Amino acid sequence: MAKQFVGERVPRVEDQRLITGRSQYVDDIVRPRMVYAAIVRSIYAHARLKGINVEAARRAPGVIAVFTGEDVREAIGPVPVASRLPDLKIPRHPVLAVEKVRYVGEPVAVVVAEDRYQARDAVDLIEVEYEPLEAVVDPERAIAEGAPILHEEFGTNVAFVWQLSGGDIERAFREAEVVVSQRMVNQRVIPVAMEPRGVVAEYHPGEGQLTVWTSTQIPHLLRTQLATMLGLAENRVRVIAPEVGGGFGSKLNVYAEEALVGYLAMRLGRPVKWIETRRENFLSTIHGRGQIAEVEAAVKRDGTVLGLRYKIIQDIGAYHQLLTPAIPTLTGLMATGPYKIPNLHVQVIGAFTNKMATDAYRGAGRPEATYMLERMMDRIARELGLDPAEVRMRNFPQPDEFPFPTASGLAYDSGNYPQALRRALELVGYEQLRQEQQLLRQRGRYLGIGISTYVEICALGPSPALPAGGWESATVRVEPTGKVTVLSGASPHGQGQETSFAQIVADELGVDLSDVRVIHGDTAIVQYGIGTFGSRATAVGGTAVYGAVQKVKEKATRLAAHLLGEENVANVAFEAGQFFLKDRPERRLTFQDVALAAYLAKSLPPGMEPGLEASYFFEPSNFTFPFGAHIAVVEVDPETGDVHFRRYVAVDDCGRVINPMLVDGQVHGGIVQALGQALLEEAVYDENGQLLTGELTDYAIPKATDVPWLETDRTETPSPVNPLGVKGVGEAGTIAATPAIVNAVVDALAPLGIRHLDMPLRPEKVWRAIRGA
Amino acid sequence: MTRTTIEVTINGMRYRHEVEPRLLLVHYIRDVVGLTGTHIGCETSLCGACTVLLNGAAVKSCTLFAVQADGAEITTIEGLGEAGRLHPIQEGFWMKHGLQCGYCTPGMILAAYQLLQRYPDPTEAQIRRGIEGNLCRCTGYQHIIEAVRYAAEKLRGQKA
Repeated sequence: MAKQFVGERVPRVEDQRLITGRSQYVDDIVRPRMVYAAIVRSIYAHARLKGINVEAARRAPGVIAVFTGEDVREAIGPVPVASRLPDLKIPRHPVLAVEKVRYVGEPVAVVVAEDRYQARDAVDLIEVEYEPLEAVVDPERAIAEGAPILHEEFGTNVAFVWQLSGGDIERAFREAEVVVSQRMVNQRVIPVAMEPRGVVAEYHPGEGQLTVWTSTQIPHLLRTQLATMLGLAENRVRVIAPEVGGGFGSKLNVYAEEALVGYLAMRLGRPVKWIETRRENFLSTIHGRGQIAEVEAAVKRDGTVLGLRYKIIQDIGAYHQLLTPAIPTLTGLMATGPYKIPNLHVQVIGAFTNKMATDAYRGAGRPEATYMLERMMDRIARELGLDPAEVRMRNFPQPDEFPFPTASGLAYDSGNYPQALRRALELVGYEQLRQEQQLLRQRGRYLGIGISTYVEICALGPSPALPAGGWESATVRVEPTGKVTVLSGASPHGQGQETSFAQIVADELGVDLSDVRVIHGDTAIVQYGIGTFGSRATAVGGTAVYGAVQKVKEKATRLAAHLLGEENVANVAFEAGQFFLKDRPERRLTFQDVALAAYLAKSLPPGMEPGLEASYFFEPSNFTFPFGAHIAVVEVDPETGDVHFRRYVAVDDCGRVINPMLVDGQVHGGIVQALGQALLEEAVYDENGQLLTGELTDYAIPKATDVPWLETDRTETPSPVNPLGVKGVGEAGTIAATPAIVNAVVDALAPLGIRHLDMPLRPEKVWRAIRGA
Repeated sequence: MTRTTIEVTINGMRYRHEVEPRLLLVHYIRDVVGLTGTHIGCETSLCGACTVLLNGAAVKSCTLFAVQADGAEITTIEGLGEAGRLHPIQEGFWMKHGLQCGYCTPGMILAAYQLLQRYPDPTEAQIRRGIEGNLCRCTGYQHIIEAVRYAAEKLRGQKA
C-alpha cells in the first residue's frame, strides 16, 4: 500500500519559505526604476471639494507626478459592484473623489515620487479646500426624514429594501403562545489582516501588457474588472497574487488603488508601488458586520419556534464595494439556522452612511444570522423557563430529514445536529456545570454557560446563486518525469491548499507529496478561476482538482493498456502508482513510465493526443452546510466587569476532513476572531464621521493573553454535494463563537435580571450593566 | 537631507551605508540591505511583525531609526535558519502548524526566541505573555503555543 495522505495531519508544504523569511509578499517585490505612490485622503466624512492645490507637492524633492480626481475621471472607470438586488441604488464610485467626498479616508489625490518617504512628504504639501457638510453616521438616522443625503441623485440614503419570506409568518404569530422580541446591534468591525493591502504595477510597452501584483483573494475576477476599468484587453492584463498576508474577506474586492496604481504605471512608464499604511487599512479597506435588527419569535410554551420576523438595517457605508449589498442577503438565507422553523419573514434596508463600505468579512452575513438566532434561542429558553440546550434539541431537524428544506428556500445537504450538540454537552460536562453554577450563585459568583448551535452555508456556490461564477477550476499536468503540477483557480492565502490539494493528488496518483506542486494566483499561468472565499477553496477548488486528476487517470489507464498490449481497458488496474493487468499482475508499468510514454508519443492508441494533462471546471449542484455546537464557560467578575474564560469547547462538522491539523487551525483562528467581536472590537466613528478606532492602539484585536485554550472535536457527516464529501471550515469558528461567548456572559448575569447586552462586552459595559441591574 | 554613515552586522555580515537620519531600521533592513523576511504590519510597534534581535534582545524595528542601530548586531529571520537547516523554533512552527498566512511569523519566531532564552521550559501562561506583543490574526495562537513548546523541548534536549 502506498502511503495515504488524505485524512492525515500532514505538515504544510508551503511553510518552508514562510518560516525562513524567503516568501514574497507585495512589498517584497522590487522592479527596476520603480517609484512609490502615496495617497491623499479626505479628512472630512462629508464635504464638497472646492479645490486642490498641488503646486507645492509637484515641486517637492523626488516628486514625479500628482493626480487628482479631475485628472483621471475620464481615464479610469468606477469601482465596481457585482451584486444585483431589485431597485439597488448604485452611486458612481470614482477611484479618486470628484466634487464630493463621502467618508474619512476617501482617496482624493495621489502623489508619485522616487522613494516612499518623499511620496509621503509630498502628501502633506497638497492643500485640499473642503466645504464641510453635515455627516450622517448612524444608519437609523440616515434613513429617517431630514437626514443629510450622501448621493443627491437618489434623494434618499436607502440603497435597497430586500425581503425574503417563507411559510405564513402572520399565521405563525397568530398561533404563537408567546412572542419573544429583542433588538440587537451587530457592531461594525474591521478585518485587520496582518499584511495591509499593497499593489505593484508594471507596464511592458513592447507587449502592451500591464502586470499587477496585488494582495488579493480573487486574481482572475480582479483581472477582468481591471481590464474594464482601464480600457485594456483582458488578455493584456496579468494579475499576480503573490504571498498574501491574510484576507478574511477584506481582499475579496476590487479597490480604487488597484486600478489607480495600474494607471500610474502605464501613464508614467515606470513600475509603481503603493503599500497601504495600517492607518489607511483601518480607514479604507472594507469593514464587516454593521447590522441593527429587531427580531421577533413566535413560540409555543414547549419551546417550539413557529416563526421568525427580522427587520434589519444594514450599514452600507458611503459606496458599495464589490459584494456589499449581497452580504445581508446571506443573513436572510441563513435566518432559520439549524432549526425547523417553517415560517420566516426578513426585511433588510441598506443605509448609506458617511463611512467606509461594509462588505465580506469572515462569515459575511452568516455570523450575523447565527448571532441573532442563537441569542434568540437563549432569550426564548429564559422566557419559558426551559434549559437552552433543550430548546435547541426540540427544534432540530432529525438526521433522516436531509436534504432539509428551509423556509428561506435552501436545501441543507446533510447533517446530524443533535449528535453535535450532545457531544459538546458531554465534553463540557454540562449537567455538573449547571449544578456548580447554582452553588456559585449562592455565593455571589457569576458563572455563565453559553451554547451556540449553528449551520453555515459554504462552498459558494452554484453559479446561478452568485454574482460571478460559483465554480472552480483546476489543471493537473503530469510532466514527462512523472512529477505533477497542479494549477488551481482558487487563490489560497494562508489556508494551506498547497498541501491539501497535494494530498488529494498524491493519493489519487500514488505519488509522493513532494512530487506534487500546486501553483495558484497568477493569471498568466493558471486558467481562469474564481478565488478563495466563502469556505469554498477545498469543497469547490479541491473537487476541481479531484475531477482533473480523474481525467488524467482515465487517459493514463488507456495508454497503459495500450503499452501493455491489452485491448480491454477494464482489465487494467491502477494501485499505488502502478498500472497492471488484473489477470496477469506481473505485467505492469509505473506511473512515471506511462507519463514519459505520453510525451515521447512513440506509441499511442489511435486518436489519443500526446501529453498527459487535464483541466476540470467543477460546478457544484448545491452549497454545503457545515454545522456544529460550541459552548463557552465564563466567569464574570462583578467588581471589574472582566470576563474570564474557564472552558471553550467546539464540536464542528465540516464533512470529510483532508487534513485535521489545518481544520483545527481554521477553527481556532475563526473562534478567536469571533472572540474579538464578542469582547473587544468595534469600529467607532464619532458624530462627524471621524474614525476613532483608526489604529491598533485604539482597535483591540485579540492578543495571545486574551484567548483561552480551545478544546476542539469533530463529528463527520460527509456532504453529498461533491465526491470528496468535504464541506468547508474557514468561517465556522467566526460564525459559531460570537453568540456562544455572549450567551455565556448574559447567562452569568441572569440572576441580576440582565437579558441582553450588545457587543463588544468590554469590562466597562459589563460593569455598568451590573451596577445598573 | 544630511546623511549619516552607519555600520551594522546583520546575520553575521557587516554592512556600511549612508542613510537619512529618519530612516526606520525596518526600512533599512528591507529596502537598503534587501532582507525582506522582516515584515511591516503597523509602523506603531503594536503588531510585532517587524521584530528582530538587536544585540540579542527582541525589538520592533519599525520604531527604531537605522542610526540607532549603528554598531549593533542584528539577527533577522533569514539568519536564524534555512530550509534543510531549520532552527528548532522554525521546525516547531512547521510541525505544529504555527502559521497560516505567514506574515506575523518571522516576528513571532524571534519573539519566541527571546521567550525561550528567558524560560527554557515555559508554561502556557508564560508563552502567552511572551508573545503578547506580537499579533496574529490567523491562528488564534494555540498552535503557536504548541510550536513554542515543541521548540522548548527540542532545545532542552540539545543542551542535555
